[in-house]
Amino acid sequence: MTTLGVLQILVFFTVILAVTKPLGVFMTRLFAGERTFLHPVLRPVEKLLYALGGVDEKEEQRWTKYTASLLSFSLFSFVVLYLLQRLQGVLPANPQGFSGAHAPGGATAMTPDLAFNTAVSFVTNTNWQSYVGETTLSYLVQMAGLTVQNFVSAAAGIAIAVAVIRGFARQQSSSLGNFWVDLVRGTLYLLLPLSLVGALFLCSQGVIQNLSPYTQVTTVEGKAQVLAQGPVASQEAIKMIGTNGGGFFNANSAHPFENPTPLTNFVQMLMIFIIPAGLTYTFGRMVGDTRQGWALFAAMSLLFFAGVFALYASEQAGNPVLAKLGIQTAATANQPGGNMEGKEVRFGIAATALFATITTDASCGAVNGMHDSFTPLGGLVPLFNLHLGEVIFGGVGAGLYGMLLFAIVAVFIAGLMVGRTPEYLGKKIESKEVKMAMLAMLATSAAILLFSGITAVIQFPKDAYWNGSYGPGVGNLNNSGPHGLAEILYAYSSGAANNGSAFAGISANTPWYNLTIGLAMLVGRFLMIIPLMAAAGSLAAKKRVPVTSGTFPTHGPLFVGLLAGTVVIVGALTFFPALSLTPIVEHFLMQQGRLF
Amino acid sequence: MPQATKEVPVETPQQPVEGSELLPKKLTHARPLFDPQILRRAIIESFVKLNPKVLLKNPVIFVVEAGALMTTLFMVRDLATGAGGIGFTAQISLWLWFTVLFANFAEAMAEARGKAQADALRKTKTDSVAKRVKSGGATESVSASMLRAGDVVICEAGDLIPGDGEVIEGIATVDESVITGESAPVIRESGGDRSAVTGGTKILSDQVRIRITSNPGETFLDRMIALVEGAERQKTPNEIALNILIAGLTLIFLLAVVTLQPFAQYSAGASGTGSVPSVAVLVSLLVCLIPTTIGGLLSAIGIAGMDRVMQHNVLAMSGRAVEASGDVNTLLLDKTGTITIGNREAVEFIPVPGVTESELADAAQLSSLADETPEGRSVVVLAKQKYGLRGREVAHHEAHFIPFSAYTRMSGVDIDQRRLRKGATESICQFVKEQGGRVPQDLTAISERISRLGGTPLAVADGSRALGVIYLKDIVKGGMKERLGQLRAMGIRSVMITGDNPLTAAAIAAEAGVDDFLAQASPADKLAYIRKEQSDGRLVAMTGDGTNDAPALAQADVGLAMNTGTMAAKEAGNMVDLDSNPTKLIEVVAIGKQLLITRGALTTFSIANDVAKYFAIIPAMFMATYPALGALNIMGLHNPQSAVLSAVIFNALIIIVLVPLALRGVKYRPESAASLLRRNLLVYGLGGIIAPFPGIWLIDQLVHVLRLA
Repeated sequence: MTTLGVLQILVFFTVILAVTKPLGVFMTRLFAGERTFLHPVLRPVEKLLYALGGVDEKEEQRWTKYTASLLSFSLFSFVVLYLLQRLQGVLPANPQGFSGAHAPGGATAMTPDLAFNTAVSFVTNTNWQSYVGETTLSYLVQMAGLTVQNFVSAAAGIAIAVAVIRGFARQQSSSLGNFWVDLVRGTLYLLLPLSLVGALFLCSQGVIQNLSPYTQVTTVEGKAQVLAQGPVASQEAIKMIGTNGGGFFNANSAHPFENPTPLTNFVQMLMIFIIPAGLTYTFGRMVGDTRQGWALFAAMSLLFFAGVFALYASEQAGNPVLAKLGIQTAATANQPGGNMEGKEVRFGIAATALFATITTDASCGAVNGMHDSFTPLGGLVPLFNLHLGEVIFGGVGAGLYGMLLFAIVAVFIAGLMVGRTPEYLGKKIESKEVKMAMLAMLATSAAILLFSGITAVIQFPKDAYWNGSYGPGVGNLNNSGPHGLAEILYAYSSGAANNGSAFAGISANTPWYNLTIGLAMLVGRFLMIIPLMAAAGSLAAKKRVPVTSGTFPTHGPLFVGLLAGTVVIVGALTFFPALSLTPIVEHFLMQQGRLF
Repeated sequence: MPQATKEVPVETPQQPVEGSELLPKKLTHARPLFDPQILRRAIIESFVKLNPKVLLKNPVIFVVEAGALMTTLFMVRDLATGAGGIGFTAQISLWLWFTVLFANFAEAMAEARGKAQADALRKTKTDSVAKRVKSGGATESVSASMLRAGDVVICEAGDLIPGDGEVIEGIATVDESVITGESAPVIRESGGDRSAVTGGTKILSDQVRIRITSNPGETFLDRMIALVEGAERQKTPNEIALNILIAGLTLIFLLAVVTLQPFAQYSAGASGTGSVPSVAVLVSLLVCLIPTTIGGLLSAIGIAGMDRVMQHNVLAMSGRAVEASGDVNTLLLDKTGTITIGNREAVEFIPVPGVTESELADAAQLSSLADETPEGRSVVVLAKQKYGLRGREVAHHEAHFIPFSAYTRMSGVDIDQRRLRKGATESICQFVKEQGGRVPQDLTAISERISRLGGTPLAVADGSRALGVIYLKDIVKGGMKERLGQLRAMGIRSVMITGDNPLTAAAIAAEAGVDDFLAQASPADKLAYIRKEQSDGRLVAMTGDGTNDAPALAQADVGLAMNTGTMAAKEAGNMVDLDSNPTKLIEVVAIGKQLLITRGALTTFSIANDVAKYFAIIPAMFMATYPALGALNIMGLHNPQSAVLSAVIFNALIIIVLVPLALRGVKYRPESAASLLRRNLLVYGLGGIIAPFPGIWLIDQLVHVLRLA
């Protein structure tokens, strides 16, 4: 690791630390319905939206109604997005003439299974991209479909997090707030202004924003090349701020039109973490003890640093097989050393390692390099991050409520050791909460393991509907051995964790993959939210037990360690067998000189 | 004639208060952990419990049994087809069955200990003959089992009391050792709070009429037998929650192991060597990963917790009550008998101006010579110690003793024309005035000052002359302050309940170190206080014995009724202390906490163990497919088969090793939650991660030496 690399990481973290409180305070005020500095401008818009939607902003919803509102909203979004994609051929803003039926000039057809996968992907805030943006989707779908979902699926996640926090904060209450109000406020006051500023900044750095047809250019080598165009900056900002991750282009944030400079790269990374980090403070404020929020922040930071330094160290150490061949892999003044394969030269190893860690810590999934080309242990970090449930700051909202799930489990197991019925923030953790927490954990683990397991061995006849010309489930792999299996595992982990990044190396646009990964995304989103909301509903109804010296302290370093430990142990115990057959064995084989 | 002894003539409390240890080591009903008879019964029961229907209640162990059955079937198949590796599969099957048996044994041990106690109780339940009073007043002899609630019986010395009831006439000494284990007889009399009698106990003297209050089969003794036998045992809320957690973990591990099969198939195909792990190996991995340790010990911990309460001579009506006692935030303690030793002691003679101290002491001693109450004796002793006044022979004098009466509120002696009286200040003032004397102003002032200090003033008069005041002091039990301090460290507030005025109460509260007090408390005040605490989210524990305590006992989350108390109190509480020692509430709280800690510790330990088992089994499993994974074999186990076998053996043996811990409970020291957590996390969390490494390594060495694999 180089000093400059380590400094980049530390500076990044310092900035996140600095914005956590102010943004947290802003969100606390916003979701408490208090006035913010944006109210003079946005309040009339907000009121208008309620009037149009017939929403009574004073109405409080029980957890069931709140969750049902989210589900109906998500279903509605899914239908609209599906139809937009399927009908893009007859809709405007389609200069390249993409459609579901025919595909001009090597473009991909928007088939029903691909449209299903993509719709689910954007509604669940996953942004797994089975399609290639620049050769599949019209500007209308990108803007009115995907970008809209980038906003509202993120706002929905934040709304759920706020509702879950209310479960802890309220006492003997039957309601958790109003989904529609939280959704509107999250979108209008938080995501829109941040994205506006973000998009303008990105434009200033060279990110494109137009509705022009693609440009034909002649390269310096005298060859013809098509440069894809489009309204990129507007989608790019919310892609990061809403931890969506779906790139306008297939190359995502490695593409110079999406992420042109080291500065945009740095800002994009900040954009991923600011809301998840701020929410920890909001949490502390809402439950009336900011130390509780900082404890979550600390546990997340601990895991973040462990991940980023493991990844960075592994990438900087490079490939021993190359070193044996006498290739210089140490960093010098003139070359970065280490493993530069699949990394952009303008970002380098540290910024790529940091980006990969952040994007999988959070459920963003944007990438500025190829995770597939990392060293085995370097690739293990993003994969394992997905397995941890993306609770290291995590997706907007999703990270916080995921971490609270682990807090419930950690408090339940270890809390007994202080000799009392376990309680978190004064709320007794009883069978209902434990049941719901286990249900959520079980659902995501099951989606990852079962789909990966089946895909690893399933056989399809060649050219059958399910997997086309690839034949068996593993026919789509571009790499063999443990690395190939890792690609499958990564795909389903990314889906179930609602991340959306890929190990690539797998041609996933077939009905089998589109459908199963789509299902994994649905499970990972909704079978997490429903049980958690049930637990929040039950918690809100409880009285708060006063804090005494007999209370399990949940704000000190001990709890931070315990929480981080629980996250790691639960993830490790569940996925160690699978991981041992993928990056772990790949690492040992690499040391023996075998590569995949 | 009472002769003063050297000791302070005040009865020391029965229960010695220990400073450092909340749980006294000597238990009235303590049994050795492994009594041969209990052991035999438990071993038989372990096999009976193999019935899958019974095991279905314990999902973790049920999965182990299913796994054991599967490996056994595969072994039989291999035996029939003559396939190789039978020895390994057979050993795995055997150890899997052992795992189930060990878990069954743990539960059976706990149950057998309860059953043994129930048997002992049942022996005392001989069917006695009762003398029932007929409507005309004549008596008839009927079998005790014929008695119904409302019947009236007559019992006299030597009779067994035929059923639970209430003394409605007379007074008797009763041997209640059957229930309490305490050999000293107790007094039961009609009216008041000492009227309840229990069926099966024995009248030692006198004759009483008893109204039977329970029908056969519903008596206190019947309920007690059912409770200790565990027949009515229901899972407590926390136990249910923990069961859900470990069932959930079991499902997750089931997924991890089941999906390992296709992953292994892919890997074997990709590497071109090796094969899919056998069913025996996959089942071994599963059994090692699922939390069998806590799964096997969970119900034993609960039963043992109830049993520990019982060994303290407290009868808990449900496991829920024991569990709740660990959660208690507020402890309501009666002042008298709990915080202070029931009696007051004379500590000073304060004369009014014009009277010398020794003159007052002399009069006080004379007036108390016939006073057999501890307070009276303490006056005699104080006078002797401080002024060298010996107890005098008064028989030759013309002495006439005036006993205390609730009406006059004083006692004394008429001797040689002197009329000596001591009693409540107002009463003495009245007396002095009646005798034609004048009450000095100082008398009232001194009395008030003593009250403020938490004492009880006892005025003394010699005819028309008021002499002064005896300062009677409440004596806070030795070590009470430390114990209350421990409670505070545990996060429990102690509240003293007293009928005293606020001034007195405040002084004693300060001396005893309670956090709060409720002075001049009526039963309604108590109830209101409990409700207020509960509405703030606190759990409240209290003790009580009187009928007027019943509503508060019922309202409290933990209501410990005294066995000497009335039936109403016993019905209202959810625990009965057979020793009638209210201080025991503190022990009950400690047991409740210990129960929860034991559960948490073993759960943590169980899960932490998995780390080492992975390092044993995963490299072994894929040694053929990926020899490179041998790098994970950090324990250096001899070969794949011995590695798997060692992990399975370790997993089975750890259950047996931890049975004593589950039955006894982990060591509990009263301290803050933070330090408890730190220590337990270190011992059971970190310890749980580390311990299996040497354990499995050692077993592997043995397996290798014995050539088992």
